[in-house]
Amino acid sequence: MSRIFVHGCGAVSPAGWGVGPMRKALEENAALPIKPLPRPGWTKPLNIRQVTPPSPRPDFMTHARLRRTSPISQHVVGAALEALGPDAQRVSKGELRLGIMLCVMSGCVNYSRRFYDEVLREPATASPLVFPETVFNAPASHIGALLGTPAMNYTMVGDPGTFLQGVALAAQWLSAGQVDACLVIGAEEADWLTSEAYYIFSRQVVLGDGAGALYLKKDIADGALAELRAITDCHLYLQNQNRTKAAARARSQLPGCQPDHLLADGLQGLPRLDGPEAAAWRDWNASRISPKRILGEGLMAASAWQCVAAVAALAEKKYAAANVSVVGCNQQAIGAHFAAT
Amino acid sequence: MLFPSGQRSSAPPRVVITGAGIITAFGNGWKLNAAGFRQGRIALKPVTLFDVSRQRVKIAGEMSLPESLPETRLTAPQQKRLDRASRLLILAAHEAWKQSGWEPTDNLPVVLGTTSGGMALGEAFYRQAISAPHSHRSQPTRVVHYQAQSQALALADAFGFHGPLTLIANACASGANAIGHAWELVRSGAAQRVLTGGYDALCQLVFAGFDSLQALSPTQCRPFDARRDGLALGEGAAVLTLETLDSAQERCAEILAEIVGYGSALDTHHLTQPNPQGDAALAAMTAATQSAGLSPSQIDYINAHGTGTPMNDIAEANAINRWAGARAATLPVSSTKSSIGHLLGAAGAVETLICLMVLREQWLPPTSTLQEPDPACNFPVVQKPTGAEVEYALTNSFGFGGANASLILRRWS
Repeated sequence: MSRIFVHGCGAVSPAGWGVGPMRKALEENAALPIKPLPRPGWTKPLNIRQVTPPSPRPDFMTHARLRRTSPISQHVVGAALEALGPDAQRVSKGELRLGIMLCVMSGCVNYSRRFYDEVLREPATASPLVFPETVFNAPASHIGALLGTPAMNYTMVGDPGTFLQGVALAAQWLSAGQVDACLVIGAEEADWLTSEAYYIFSRQVVLGDGAGALYLKKDIADGALAELRAITDCHLYLQNQNRTKAAARARSQLPGCQPDHLLADGLQGLPRLDGPEAAAWRDWNASRISPKRILGEGLMAASAWQCVAAVAALAEKKYAAANVSVVGCNQQAIGAHFAAT
Repeated sequence: MLFPSGQRSSAPPRVVITGAGIITAFGNGWKLNAAGFRQGRIALKPVTLFDVSRQRVKIAGEMSLPESLPETRLTAPQQKRLDRASRLLILAAHEAWKQSGWEPTDNLPVVLGTTSGGMALGEAFYRQAISAPHSHRSQPTRVVHYQAQSQALALADAFGFHGPLTLIANACASGANAIGHAWELVRSGAAQRVLTGGYDALCQLVFAGFDSLQALSPTQCRPFDARRDGLALGEGAAVLTLETLDSAQERCAEILAEIVGYGSALDTHHLTQPNPQGDAALAAMTAATQSAGLSPSQIDYINAHGTGTPMNDIAEANAINRWAGARAATLPVSSTKSSIGHLLGAAGAVETLICLMVLREQWLPPTSTLQEPDPACNFPVVQKPTGAEVEYALTNSFGFGGANASLILRRWS
């Protein structure tokens, strides 16, 4: 199999638009402020860490496809363009076959809720402009249209571990020569409906939203930020395998602790939810970052932030290698290993 | 490990189908469906699953689900929690699994396509959240089980296997992309066997969505008809077991057909409207024939995406005309959506399975409602059930967002 290198990364998070603001927030190591999110029918709001609209408004938001989109598409495009950097021009000129792999868990929930609410009130007036944006692959379609690329374009759904599956699939496309480069994006948008869904399971979970993107190429080490070395198997939560067992198995497939290695984990600071992952990585005594503690539970965006944070740290030559651990909410535990170039 | 994964060092293996399961409005299983398509029946009927009284259109290919599921490894509480989409998926998978003769294993990748997962549960969650904002009764179950990964996990538990679950949501091309991806996994050497397919259950949000776009036919879904005025929705699932030819032959499995080509392309024209000339559809069909090492002249039948909307069918007709050239004049094409409706994330998988029926039983399913073929079709649209000699069949699937996919199957003899 070919060697796979990360040539760019992008992030949109409650810390701001770009990898820079996210890295700064992680370095400051202080949880971002929580904002109230009104919930119809409740006097008490839900809590949220939400992306604030960019200022000034980036040019891409004036593109015909993106004027009416919900936040998730804007998050996707923001992170994707940052990760691509100058190669965006090459893609648009047709010089580079760019694969696009979008991973989401909740997807376009804002417009889905809005559209379904219209349907319940009066289906005859439900907006035909809103419905198409509810489809899972709408954001991937928008970034493909913005860049003008007809190449491979998939949207995968699942729990946050799916982002690492997306990276593995991108590596497969690259190895097979189906594309010259590939963007893997994990994204979500916040909404009271999703927040309440998590509130039911834990009053302490604070959802966040945004996106993270990795830009991958094969066999080109020059200019790379990091190299993808491994992605573990998917350790599913099944009748005979709970989260604890799955997390331990994923952990066992990744390299052990070295003083110059980094762990980007998915801990939130909530012992009940963190338990399986915390137990799996109990012996890790080198450096560790936990983006969800700072940025919120961003679901698929969070696993992408973990990867982006790990790759950015490797690019700064702070560490020789980094493990990423994703113990998803209801599907799988999985991990990845990146190395400095 | 997902990466680096086992990779072939020699020529890609041939990929064959050794099990197939299908459930549509025609019923549960190959026999009922083959009979329905072979006779050109229409299975559309008034929707009973949700309120359509205020919709423009009130019919769809709604499935009458059997009261009980076949015996699997699911516990009684697990069975009780299954939503409609999960049931469709497990019913189709059960037929395929039994036919394949597969045993549970620790590394069986699953690749499924869906557009909505268990959306009906999501709808119920929202209705209760609005009508009884402080009641969380049944809400946790709905949160967990509306997600597509829950249906896939239920499938793994039902048959007792482990392995990566990949859920592709490329709108109406999801099922075809899932099978195409599964085919690539086997060809690349990353897996020896893959369980794949697509599923979707009818739900109010999606039904109302297509109605809001005025994409549903207020008369009758008539793909490729000059006076077509929209599509009909349906529900169902189809599941295939794919494996290398060597694997199938080693265990003396019955081989149903071979998948020989797959192509995928993105149409960047518009979120819901295809490029009128069918550029991306042409690219997908061309990629599929190239990967199969075939020319269009070798394809004997096309199961078209053929939704029955004015825009889809003209774009697809243009794409087929351009792709097939002179061959178009004698290339039979039909759309089975006229019989069972558009199954969205399941469509590509169900239509692949219909191609499998065509190859196995050597007949062509008709576009059962066709009256006056659109003159834009340079190809014969199959109007009546007919026998045929078919060595290669191609199926097209196109979706919102511009997802386009084509698969080619070869008869096994």
